[in-house]
This record gives sequence, structure tokens and C-alpha cells, in this order.
Amino acid sequence: MNNPLAAVGRIFLSFLATVGRLSMFTGRSLSAVVTLPFYWRLCLQQMMTIGYYSLPVVGMTALFTGAVLALQIYLGSARFGAESAVPNIVVVGLTRELGPVLAGLMLGGRVGAAIAAELGTMKVTEQLDALITLQTNPFRYLVVPRLVAATVTTPILVLIADIIGVMGGYLVGIHRLDFNSAVYLKNTYDFLEAMDVTSGLVKAAVFGFLIALMGCYHGFNSKGGAQGVGRATTDAVVSSLILILISNYFVTEAFFSQ
Amino acid sequence: MMTETPRLELIDVHKSFGPKVVLNGLNLSLARGESVVVIGGSGTGKSVMLKCILGLLHPEQGRILIDGEDTVALRGAERERILTKFGMLFQSAALFDSLTVWENVAFGLIEGAGMEREAARAIAIDKLAKVGLGEDMAEADPAGLSGGMRKRVGLARAIATEPDIIFFDEPTTGLDPIMGDVINNLITECVRDLGATTLTISHDMSSARTIADRVAMLYGGQIIWAGGVDEIDHCGNDFVDQFIHGREEGPFALEVT
Repeated sequence: MNNPLAAVGRIFLSFLATVGRLSMFTGRSLSAVVTLPFYWRLCLQQMMTIGYYSLPVVGMTALFTGAVLALQIYLGSARFGAESAVPNIVVVGLTRELGPVLAGLMLGGRVGAAIAAELGTMKVTEQLDALITLQTNPFRYLVVPRLVAATVTTPILVLIADIIGVMGGYLVGIHRLDFNSAVYLKNTYDFLEAMDVTSGLVKAAVFGFLIALMGCYHGFNSKGGAQGVGRATTDAVVSSLILILISNYFVTEAFFSQ
Repeated sequence: MMTETPRLELIDVHKSFGPKVVLNGLNLSLARGESVVVIGGSGTGKSVMLKCILGLLHPEQGRILIDGEDTVALRGAERERILTKFGMLFQSAALFDSLTVWENVAFGLIEGAGMEREAARAIAIDKLAKVGLGEDMAEADPAGLSGGMRKRVGLARAIATEPDIIFFDEPTTGLDPIMGDVINNLITECVRDLGATTLTISHDMSSARTIADRVAMLYGGQIIWAGGVDEIDHCGNDFVDQFIHGREEGPFALEVT
């Protein structure tokens, strides 16, 4: 007979086991970051793959988000005669929140899936075993370059996305909402504080780390053939997106209380 | 009289996955320069045995001695030191798709032994020539190679560091009989040149007869018969007899029913 409590218990134990495995994987990855050899060439390759090749999708997202944000804020603020706040809210909204979160979500889909699929395929075709037999630590060779590259390049991507997003708002502001160009830019610049940008970049670094970690973890733990790799890819994307949204709250809370 | 320390020795090795017992007190010994082929049905634990020796899986019980040193508990740098003695040809060749053919062959030299890329490339070209592949193949992408070519590149990679012990996991599986024979001959030649000890797992009796000095049959998690390749046809073991002749009738069939 199926006992509902037993089912709940099984799910809870399975959750704890996953948390334990993920913690061990994270620990091994972090210890590999600080031990030699460090594969600079692979790290630079990953920076190109994760950072440079993600620029179009992140840039497009930022451009149109900034543009839509300007329109929506104008419509909302017009209700109480505060249309002039559009540049201020656009720049704060983008740098503190929308820039890092939307870039993180786009990267979670693009980069997290790619990492999980690549490493998952390597796992099921015994390439990870081959690495070990060739005296190469897979954590140092595969995980560390991806973790470092994602953690370093995501803030750079977000910084570019912030600029493009503000530009999107600016273009809508001056062409559609009849703002004066100089006034729009001055309001944007005057209102922006260093903490707005810093908090967004810290979030971006956290998101980049989580995306690469989830991609590597699910890739390394994929089982079976093509179906297993597909499942690992889906799990990597879903888990990284959820973790981005959860960690976003906690990082925001940490900066909020300062 | 002093007896020579075996190159590789497995003593009472046990390995289970949950309730499924795969290795159940496995004993096997390989002398220096000896070529042993382990035969057995699918799922009998042949690959698990290789993975336990390489440290990719950890047995619950037993000892695995390499040149007399117990390696079961070795981890990290100590494990990497032991792995320098090994080369392996994987069933699927397990070539790295992100690297060229020569980079695959030279991988152990560059990443494992820390050799300069140019020197490693020269050795890789030499090893590729040994397996019948020209220098024009060096820059090729592994994804574009046929199954036979992938096995040859995998073989070149396995011998590139000139290891003491080489494992061959189903070296002829998925190849046509002619290419299978080519691979068998290449294995025999390369191993003879290196003087390496080899452990091969295979279903292919033609391959076993070509490669092996000694054949061992794995069944029920144990070696149930081992002997010279010339003894196998009249060994008197029903399991071996059924396996080598590929008969449906016999003790294996009784288990299926």
C-alpha cells in the first residue's frame, strides 16, 4: 500500500541527497580553482564562448528591455505627473535589477544548456574517464575554466547590457516621448550611484557562477545516452534559472540592508 | 626460488551497485609483458573490473596491486602517479571532440607529462604512423573519422606515453571483420614493440585468439576459468565451451530460462 508520508519522506531524502552531492561537487570545484595547474588557454576560450558569443543575445535583450521600460514608466508616472522620472527609473531599474537578471536568464538558457550538453556528452562517451586515465583532473580541466570564465565575463556582459539598455530607454525617450536629449542624459547620470552599478555587477558574478556550476554538475552526472544528456541539459537550465531568481533576492537583501 | 612480482594483481575484489553484486571475489594476476584477454557475457562486470583497477570505481573489498603496491585507497596525486603506468583504448575510442587528432594522441604527453607541444606533436605523428595514419590526418577533426580510424587514433593515444600496462576495452566491437583484424594486428605489434602488459576485455574470440597469451572467463563476478589461448578449445568448462562456440544451448541458456 502506498503511504503518502513515505512518499513525502522519499522525496525529502532525495532532495537532501541532491543537496549533499551538489555541495560536494561545489567543494571539489572550488578546491580545484585554487590548485595548479590552471588552464589559461581553456579559460580564455570559455570567456570567448560564454562572454563574446553571448553579446548579441544579451545586447538585444537589454536594448528592447530599456526601450519598453521607458514606455511603461512613462505611462505609469504620467498618472501622477512624474513623467520626468523616466530616465532615473530606467537607469536604476536596469543597473540594479533588470540588467543582471535578464542577462542571467538569457545566459542560463544559452550557456548553461551548452555546458551541460557538452559535458554530458563527454560523460556518456567515456571522455571524462579518458581524461582521468590520461592523468588529467576533470575538475581542473573542464569545470574550473568554465566557472572562472562565467564568473568573470557575466559582470562584463551585464555592464555592456546596462549601457545598451539605457541607450534603448534614451532612444525611446527622445524619439517617442519627446524628452530633450541633454536633459535625459543629465538626469540619468546625476541620479545614478556607484552602488547601483556595483550591486548589479555582484549579482552578475553570482549568476555567472551558478550558471556554470549547474551546467557542469548536471553534465558530470548525466546518465545513459542521448536521453540522459537531454535530461541533464533541461535540469541545468531549469535549476540555474531557479537559483538565479532565489539568489537575486538574497543578494538584493544584502545590499538593501547596507 | 624467487618469484617475480606480478605487474597487476587483483585479490578478492568485490564491487556492488546497490543490491546487484557485480564482482564477487575476483582474482586475476598478470605477469610482466603478458597479454590476458578476459571474456564473458554482457553485464558480467568486465568494464567494472577495468574501472576498479583505474580507480574510476572503488571496490568495497579486496586488493588491487600494481607492481606490488596496493592502489585501492590511492587518491589525488598518488592516483595520478599510478595512472602514468596505464594506457587505455576505450570501446568508443573516447576521443576528445574539441581537439584535433594529433592533440588527442599527444594529450597524455602535454597534460600528463608536461611536455612542450611541438615535441609532443612529433611523437604523436610518429605514433599515428605506427597505427597506419599519415601526417595529413594530424589536423583532422575526430568527429569526421570512421569507426576504424577512431580506434586507430585511440590506440595511438593509448601507446603515446609508452605505458607499462595497456587496457583494451572491446577493441574490435563495431568494426567489420577486416578492420577488426587490422586493429588486432596493430595491437599485437604495438604491444610487442613496447613490451607492455595488456589486459583486454572482449566478446570477439577471433580477437582473443590473436591478442592473448592467456584467456580468462568472467562469470558470476569471478574468474571461473583461466588458461593459455591454446587450451581454450578443450578446457572442459561448459561455460567457456558454450561462449567460445556461441551456442544457445548450455549453462548460460539455462540461466536465461
